Amino acid sequence: MIKVLNLSKSYGDVKAVKSINFELNDGEVIGFLGANGAGKSTTLKMITGYLTPTSGTIHVNNKNILTDSHEIQKQIGYLPELNPLYDEMRVYDLLEFTANIRNISGKAFKDALSRVIGQCGLTGIIHKNINECSKGYKQRIGLACAMIHDPKILILDEPVTGLDPNQIVEIRNLIKDLGTEKLVLMSSHILQEIQATVNRIIIIHKGEIVADGSNEELMSDFMGNTTLTLEIKNAEDNSIKQITEKIPDLKFIDIKSKNGSQFLNLEYPKGKDPREDIFQYAINAKWIITEMTPHTANLESIFRNLTNKETINV
Amino acid sequence: MFNLKTIYLKELKSYFNSPMAYIFLVIFALINGYFFTRTFFLFNQSDMRSLFNIIPLVYLFFIPAITMSLIAREKNLGTMEVISTLPLKEIEFVVGKFLAAFTLVLTGLIVTLIHFITLSQVGTNVDYGAVFTGYLGLALAGALYSSIGTFASSVTDNQVISFIIGIFIVLVFFLLDKMLMFVPISIAGLIQYLSVDYHLSNISRGVIDSRNLIYFGSVIVFFLFITIQVLNIRKWR
Repeated sequence: MIKVLNLSKSYGDVKAVKSINFELNDGEVIGFLGANGAGKSTTLKMITGYLTPTSGTIHVNNKNILTDSHEIQKQIGYLPELNPLYDEMRVYDLLEFTANIRNISGKAFKDALSRVIGQCGLTGIIHKNINECSKGYKQRIGLACAMIHDPKILILDEPVTGLDPNQIVEIRNLIKDLGTEKLVLMSSHILQEIQATVNRIIIIHKGEIVADGSNEELMSDFMGNTTLTLEIKNAEDNSIKQITEKIPDLKFIDIKSKNGSQFLNLEYPKGKDPREDIFQYAINAKWIITEMTPHTANLESIFRNLTNKETINV
Repeated sequence: MFNLKTIYLKELKSYFNSPMAYIFLVIFALINGYFFTRTFFLFNQSDMRSLFNIIPLVYLFFIPAITMSLIAREKNLGTMEVISTLPLKEIEFVVGKFLAAFTLVLTGLIVTLIHFITLSQVGTNVDYGAVFTGYLGLALAGALYSSIGTFASSVTDNQVISFIIGIFIVLVFFLLDKMLMFVPISIAGLIQYLSVDYHLSNISRGVIDSRNLIYFGSVIVFFLFITIQVLNIRKWR
């Protein structure tokens, strides 16, 4: 379990993280979402003990990062954003070096090695030099180093950056599998990736947490109004104007004409669904409906909404 | 201590898995061999003084060259971030790196033993005690310069800058007792005591004085200590 309380970090006059609070539990896969420079990596680096907080506390399994950093680091596996590796080493040597630092040697190392080779798909490259490996393999090697000691907590900073679509799916599935028994905290600015992988999302913006919850909770909290696009034919101007009078939940946005069709954009509030009424109205007004598409909010629009305006406290 | 050994072995492997160590050893042997043999047969003396005089000068450039990458490269590659998040103490990291560089310096010294073997075969009345203390002095000076190089490597992520800083500090320690005539007499004793050459020449004469050993030990510990502090400061930035 990770408990972060009033955590702040300043670089000179720049406040990168501003008094954030959250609690992460075992068995959760948490996505840390934010634009570049939002404070994601700084927060992760403080949890791993690489940076010291300016103020606030971090407790990992009831141990304080300031006083028990080595005890905490034994329980954490960390994949940094740029995945730095010793290019001149062989994959085997790097894994052995990382394992030895974590006091894993002899038979325990052999067992750990075969486990991470299987989990990260390193078969065939284990005796290669790292500089001969592709970017995708390097990412897996970094992940294998982070997992060599079978940590209870995995912290992955942008784990799928630079991978091809097949590799992304593989890493995503691996993270999901790991999330059943470990706490996995991953950061990303790729919204689809976060949505597909995690079961809880924390959105950070300008060093502050602006949203925290499951995908569904965020949708429910921040969804706002639904926009409905109607493609209609044979509609008279009067009947178009009267639709908002007949169906009070609807709000008119705009109308455009193209290729003999009219594209009518309407809006209705969260929790309401006036599509059946619209259909009945269209029959009575002798409209021909060729398309009716509701545009509900998705994570992308929520993220853009939250990170493009002033901070909202959830 | 196990982590110190892991860092030490990793660093030593990285020296010997690259051309770096071999280039160092070959050039070190060639330069020292040239200067030793140039005067050895000329003066017809069974001593290694010419070798013991040239090695400290060769150290001035060679040791900063082999230490410049120790920590600066980790910072440059970004591997420092990974290392810092492993359960590894700074002292284990710094001392492991320092010992690896020092081992390479010692290997260079061992290569020069060929001159000693030559001397013992062709020379007469060889002063084995002086040879032993000469090597001891060179090993201590090598360790001291290696600690300075380790420190220089910790203050930057640029290996060239690390090399320049290393040479500068090493030169200051080397030249201190050559500048005594320019300093007030009241601090001349202190300046002389801080000079590496002063203690090295004492030991090379065959005198193993605890003051000299304490000097080398304390300067080495001082530079390793401030290297650890430099690494600690980074976390608080």
